[in-house]
Amino acid sequence: MNIVVCVKYVPATADRRFSAVDITVDRAGVEGTLCELDEHAIEEALRITEADEGEVTVVTVGPEEAADAIARGLQMGAHKGVHIVDDALHGSDAAATSLVLAAAVRRIGYDIVLCGMASTDGAMGVVPAMLAERLGVPQLTLASQVTVEGGTVTIRRESDTATEHIEASGPLVLSVTDRSNEPRYPSFKGIMAAKRKLVETWSPAELGIAPEVGPEAAGTRVSAFAARPARTGGQIVSDEGEGGVRLAEYLVAQKLV
Amino acid sequence: MSEILVVVDHIGGAVRKTTAELLTCARRLGEPSAVYFGAEDGLIPGQLARYGATKVYVLDDDAYRDCLVAPKAEALAHLVATRRPAAVLIPSTLEGKEVAARLSIKTDSGLVTDASDIVRGEDGAVETAKPVFGGAFTTTVSITKGTPIVTLKPNSLTPPENAGATVPIEVETVDVAVSDAAKAARIIRRESRADLGRPDLAHASIVVSGGRGTGGDFDAVEAFADCLGAAVGASRAAVDAGWYPHALQVGQTGVTVTPQLYVASGISGAIQHIAGMRSSRTVVAVNKDPDAPIFGLADFGVVGDLTSVLVQATTEIDSRRASGA
Repeated sequence: MNIVVCVKYVPATADRRFSAVDITVDRAGVEGTLCELDEHAIEEALRITEADEGEVTVVTVGPEEAADAIARGLQMGAHKGVHIVDDALHGSDAAATSLVLAAAVRRIGYDIVLCGMASTDGAMGVVPAMLAERLGVPQLTLASQVTVEGGTVTIRRESDTATEHIEASGPLVLSVTDRSNEPRYPSFKGIMAAKRKLVETWSPAELGIAPEVGPEAAGTRVSAFAARPARTGGQIVSDEGEGGVRLAEYLVAQKLV
Repeated sequence: MSEILVVVDHIGGAVRKTTAELLTCARRLGEPSAVYFGAEDGLIPGQLARYGATKVYVLDDDAYRDCLVAPKAEALAHLVATRRPAAVLIPSTLEGKEVAARLSIKTDSGLVTDASDIVRGEDGAVETAKPVFGGAFTTTVSITKGTPIVTLKPNSLTPPENAGATVPIEVETVDVAVSDAAKAARIIRRESRADLGRPDLAHASIVVSGGRGTGGDFDAVEAFADCLGAAVGASRAAVDAGWYPHALQVGQTGVTVTPQLYVASGISGAIQHIAGMRSSRTVVAVNKDPDAPIFGLADFGVVGDLTSVLVQATTEIDSRRASGA
């Protein structure tokens, strides 16, 4: 079973801010990393291919530095990487990202496309569903548990009100939550082996979709941003035996009880 | 006036509060029509008319219940194509966001998820407020393409009472031929969660959460929550330790809550937790570590043992109520 894992290179959590120039996520001089939620997707792909057979390809859409995210996937044990890089991609929205990814995974070939549950920066969590829509294949998303038997994949999904068990046959799009597995750390052997693995670099033009990405093609426009004001005047008391009473008094004064 | 489609969030016909919030937003943009997936005999149209719906489309097909996401997206695309609404508003549930995602691709339309407000912008575009980076920033986002699609987070606004029209609501049954491809991901089993007799976490107006500091004993947290009529949540540390079910985890990879009051007890305030509760109106923290980051977010904090503080607060509130104070 061949699996393509879609991953994202995200700014480190502490450094997230906006560019004052074009109100996109400011990546200049910001330390980046493989989105930690995508490590669960890579881990799931490795487990499936280890139990069966097949090849795991890690694909990302992003700037030059995003090669680090692919490298991490290869160190964990993925077999090869594809990096789609182009300046025109800067400022692309989820729809454009899914368009590029769909073209890329079609070209790579897949039985399963695997994604993390969301990125930790954009955090929309919509790319897997968009990919399934574009590819015209079943979506099994937000899996907290995955079972593969023959060509059939069954997942457990915690919806808002129930636990659901959902089944589909491949090819399909699968996304996994951070409950699905415990991602492995790259071993020394894995790190050395990764250096010899193939990473291809493609442009959106090569995939035939250049004009449809970037901020102009986006369906939304960010016109302003504001940092959430820090909470001020917070009152902190020490419990000297009457902390619970003070808490009750506060809630009553605020008309919260 | 232009028609605005609002997808109804309901459990067996009982409409959830988000629906009223969506209808309130829809009235700012045009004339709200509710889209109700489910059997018509469960529908109580008055619940929707009260908040301004003038019409309800009823779509009943096994596929909406038995298959994941795709059939609902297909049905909405059909309504968009035939009714040409000016916008589609959807609840920000896990399913709602994925339905919206597929609909945006099908209709080549702009999408904003997890909005906290929806208005008509000065330029006439649908304009949303959207918290990003775990609520550290709020952005203003306009939708510039196709039929604008927005998912709205629960507890984003207070719907005015009886804001709706007094005219009878029109009920129209819509049959959409759901494609076989959309039925490919089948729900083979569904286990409803035990009803704990508490409000739903994502929709509750008060949430009391427990973390590592509980040491696994949620009795004081639950008793305080019940005294306030609150939902109970848990931090990731408490869930990872197996003390509380994952479905009740508040945080980036769990449930995002936006209640009037959030009480964090024994929760230090890791970034991943804060991302799930930062937009709460009032934050109260109880923690024995005076340096816990959660105090930096708190409107009121008590440094102390959470069990003794919560038990005393519960007793105090109960006795004030008993004495009618």
